[in-house]
Amino acid sequence: MEQATLRFIIQLGIIGFTFFMLINASALLVLAERKIMGFMQQRYGPYLVGPHGVLQPLADILKLLFKEELRPKGADKWLFTLAPIISVTAAFAAFAAVPWGAETTFFGLLDTPVKLGVADVNVAVLVVFAITSMGVYGIVLAGWSSNSKYSLLGGLRSSAQMISYELAYATALASVIMLAGSLSLRSVVDAQAGYWFGFIPRWYLFLQPLGFIIYMIAGVAETNRAPFDFPEAEQELVAGYNTEYSSVRFALFPQAEYINMTTMSAVATDLYLGGWHGPLLERWGLGWVWFLIKVGIILFAYIWVRWTVPRYRYDQLMQFGWKWLFPAAVLNLIATAAFILYFNA
Amino acid sequence: MPDTFLFYVFSAVAVGASLLVIGQRNPMYSIMLLITSFGALSALYIQLDAPFVAMAQIIVYAGAIMVLFLFVVMLLNAPQEDAAQWDRTHPLRRPGMGRFGAMLAALLTVQLVWALLRVSDASAAVGARGDVAELTSVRSVGRVLFTDYVFAFEATSILILVAMVGAVVLAAREEKR
Amino acid sequence: MIPLGHYLVVSAILFAIGTAGVFLRRNLITILLSIEIMLNAVNLSFVAFGRSHGTVDGQIITFFVMTVAAAEAAVGLAIVIALFRHRESLNPDAFTLLKW
Repeated sequence: MEQATLRFIIQLGIIGFTFFMLINASALLVLAERKIMGFMQQRYGPYLVGPHGVLQPLADILKLLFKEELRPKGADKWLFTLAPIISVTAAFAAFAAVPWGAETTFFGLLDTPVKLGVADVNVAVLVVFAITSMGVYGIVLAGWSSNSKYSLLGGLRSSAQMISYELAYATALASVIMLAGSLSLRSVVDAQAGYWFGFIPRWYLFLQPLGFIIYMIAGVAETNRAPFDFPEAEQELVAGYNTEYSSVRFALFPQAEYINMTTMSAVATDLYLGGWHGPLLERWGLGWVWFLIKVGIILFAYIWVRWTVPRYRYDQLMQFGWKWLFPAAVLNLIATAAFILYFNA
Repeated sequence: MPDTFLFYVFSAVAVGASLLVIGQRNPMYSIMLLITSFGALSALYIQLDAPFVAMAQIIVYAGAIMVLFLFVVMLLNAPQEDAAQWDRTHPLRRPGMGRFGAMLAALLTVQLVWALLRVSDASAAVGARGDVAELTSVRSVGRVLFTDYVFAFEATSILILVAMVGAVVLAAREEKR
Repeated sequence: MIPLGHYLVVSAILFAIGTAGVFLRRNLITILLSIEIMLNAVNLSFVAFGRSHGTVDGQIITFFVMTVAAAEAAVGLAIVIALFRHRESLNPDAFTLLKW
């Protein structure tokens, strides 16, 4: 088989593999969340379906698929169905610009190496930011088109929260871009290869500790996870913008949330934790295993924070985002700029 | 060849979505269709070797300005055009003004196309001149923006500040005395 | 390769559509949306011309247009909100009297 078609097939395979892993990630996160929540609350979590509850996500999905598809009579016909589609599409599409492995020739099968990742865009950071900001529409439209006051309030609050925290998110990103000198995620990861003094990895986590904290907090707020999940808090708003949804349309919303979490974690790994660079595995082209491990650690942190910390009230949440997080991000940006000028002048 | 095909697809989406925008009764549908049009325009910008502008279009226009429009439409619970005052025909199909206006718009198109196609290099291929790697790099955009156009840059930042203050003042509720 | 004229034709058509929207529709929000269509058409022209000259300037002017569009949309929508609060209507024909 000639090289061109082989490359084409392998690139299609990489895209399919990425998509497959993302869907698996959302299923695994369903299980992981309930198991970890269970262990933190000193109980077992799901235990019956499959060995130690491993097949629980399958049971959840089958249950949701067999439920009745309801649509309230006053709900807008097109927008009610479009909203979860927008949410889930934006969530999956954002991962397209995220590289998850180094270049590889698949053990000599190819002449020139192919990059592990769906696309290598030279403005990848902006692409991820742009597409995740399109996810706001899913929530706003879900809230409005359900024709119900709980949904509308939840949708409005949720989208206002997401837009507010995008500022701190973008400013933290800008600091890392200044350090790396490029908007391409692959270049940012490659700028973190190597070690200082032989054993400390050159991660931007050590150069930008405040930036990392700001990014993680903004990431948690962007994905509407606790402690910033007031808009979908079960105790206050029934289920926020989710209230009138059922069956498949409902299933798409938590899936979009989990994929957003995964994308945020993947981008955080690429920007701050050195992506796929790590001690031993890179020699055999297994850098992506390090990537998986690091993403897994951040996802565990997401779930850990959710079940440890009480949630913010909505006005406290907005105050925190505008009055504390955004100024901190701007200060971080100015300090980074001063640092770069001082050391490179 | 795939370039030309993609150009026609994206142009058709942009023009078609814009036509539908001005033809919808419900402002919510107009906004969603306009977002589609912006997405198609963003793809055209990528074809023109301007990836930064393409992403800025999505982030600023489709992601921020349209959300603002959406919020206003939702909060005002904006009524659709009063169909009771006129008869039940669609706004753009009413006799008299509607058709005359549509004819004038077609005339405007013909005029603009005629004028623009007389530009000297209108038949030259876009993308013949210029170094692609430098045009697509954000670094060169930033360099020119902060040296040649720095005054305009600072002026637009003041403009945004003024607009923010103005919007808050205009939309604030009057105090009840 | 696509000739410059093709991009300019698309830009002209979009501009005319926007103009038609501003004149023909009787809903303030749709009028503002049509103005946004016009601004986008002009952006496309700028980027196409900039690319055909081989410089970055077309892209830079686009930023300024986008910024001005954002500012204008914000202020315009604030005015729409104020008008709606007063008259409960979004039809520009309801505001023909100069009396507030």
